[in-house]
Amino acid sequence: MSADLFPRGRTAVVAAATHGIGLAPGFTSIDLAVQASVKALAQVGLTPADVDGLFTGLPDDFLSGLSMAEYMGIAPRVMDNNRTGGSAFLTQAMWAALALNAGQCDVALIAYGSNQRSASGKLVSSMKPSYLETPYKALKPISAYAMVASRYMHQYGLRREQLGEVALAARKWAQLNPEAFMREPLTMADYLGARMVSDPLGVRDACLVTDGAAAVVMMRADRARDTVKRPAYVLGAAAATSHRDIASMPDFTVTAATSSGKRAFAQAGITPADVDVVELYDAFTINTLLFLEDLGFCKKGEGGSFVEGGRIAPGGALPVNTNGGGLSCVHPGMYGLFTIVEATQQIMGLAGDRQVADVNVALAHGNGGELSSQVTMVLGAAGAD
Amino acid sequence: MNPIKPDQDYLQFLQQGHFKILRDRLSGRHVFYPRVAAPGNGSTDLEWVDASGLGQVYATTVVRVKPPGQDYNVCVVELEEGPRMLSRVEQVPPGEVRIGMRVKARIARDGETSFVVFDPLEQRA
Repeated sequence: MSADLFPRGRTAVVAAATHGIGLAPGFTSIDLAVQASVKALAQVGLTPADVDGLFTGLPDDFLSGLSMAEYMGIAPRVMDNNRTGGSAFLTQAMWAALALNAGQCDVALIAYGSNQRSASGKLVSSMKPSYLETPYKALKPISAYAMVASRYMHQYGLRREQLGEVALAARKWAQLNPEAFMREPLTMADYLGARMVSDPLGVRDACLVTDGAAAVVMMRADRARDTVKRPAYVLGAAAATSHRDIASMPDFTVTAATSSGKRAFAQAGITPADVDVVELYDAFTINTLLFLEDLGFCKKGEGGSFVEGGRIAPGGALPVNTNGGGLSCVHPGMYGLFTIVEATQQIMGLAGDRQVADVNVALAHGNGGELSSQVTMVLGAAGAD
Repeated sequence: MNPIKPDQDYLQFLQQGHFKILRDRLSGRHVFYPRVAAPGNGSTDLEWVDASGLGQVYATTVVRVKPPGQDYNVCVVELEEGPRMLSRVEQVPPGEVRIGMRVKARIARDGETSFVVFDPLEQRA
């Protein structure tokens, strides 16, 4: 394999915004994405006219890159309408870092929005029906993740209470986040008593269905330093793919995050021990365990015991999903971009009551498809040496 | 040799009562789902062969359905030939399908559609 020349610390996220989290009736997905975009741009005194690198992927529009550019009245030099699933926006942050560093663009905007809760009340699917799947009536995506959990339980003896720890931690973080959609207290009894959907996963193992939008602005480090007090430098970003549909996942207990994480850490020149906050795409509770293991925060099979005792909750040793995650904060179909938003806000010190002290390194990790696409991004308060 | 028409051939075989999968003559490996080139090596030297129909449950779930509907099984079966497929195990309650359970394929029909389901190979004690 060729040497990895990722431009460590040469680019940074300088603005991060959300919009319409929860319910945003009367707006389309693109309305929400643009509202988040102008909000993020305004944070650093920019407007759409300054954007020459546009990265998006809306749930209901195959050509959404073109639509976003037209809607905002811009003609970007670099554009990507990525479809790796919910990880798409981390994939785009990786490409944006490379494009900015190569001078292909100067201001990169990554934006996403969805009105799925107001529009339909359920996850909007743009997947084609397949004769390989349709007859079996799996509830997608939860049945895919449920089968992963079944396999993991079979191999490692995971208990439901351990999955419950993930849900409870997310809820506790959400209670510190005024924007979060679900903030009422959640007890282990509530978790265990929640309606089962696809064994062993119940309704409290599953991410929310909400509206919501997010946007981040990236630029080269020299300009970033002059733009904001504390940019979130991109120290590493790497992607890996292992399959599309769950039946083709090589090993249900090991995700491609083993590869994306290892490479992103190597690019950044750090180890998991250096990470102050972890923002993972928790589509389901099992994801958090798999990613903590595969990214190297604990050993394979030990994720369940790792999260016990509130370790990833507020006040725990490793703050994970400090906004409340997809489980309790927001999940408008694809959550990936919100991991970057929260990682950035934690580094910038803008996270309010949920702010973790002294965040110098934040990890954002995106998941796409059915654990199919994994993208890891390392953000830091200190840029290139 | 007739070129492989993955979906069309596979479904036609099923309609005729045959569960066939592809075999790559170059590597000897079996390929499922059907495709025009083997994964990895890209071999197009593919042939349809009868699947043994034997396999074991690799992962399983019960999809819960509001009454009066019935809960049902969804699982991934690892075929004896190697590849895995999404399917379901019938003839036992959905919650009694266990990982590692040995199963045998059967072609089920729902209207015009034929598809592969599995039954436990032996009755559990």
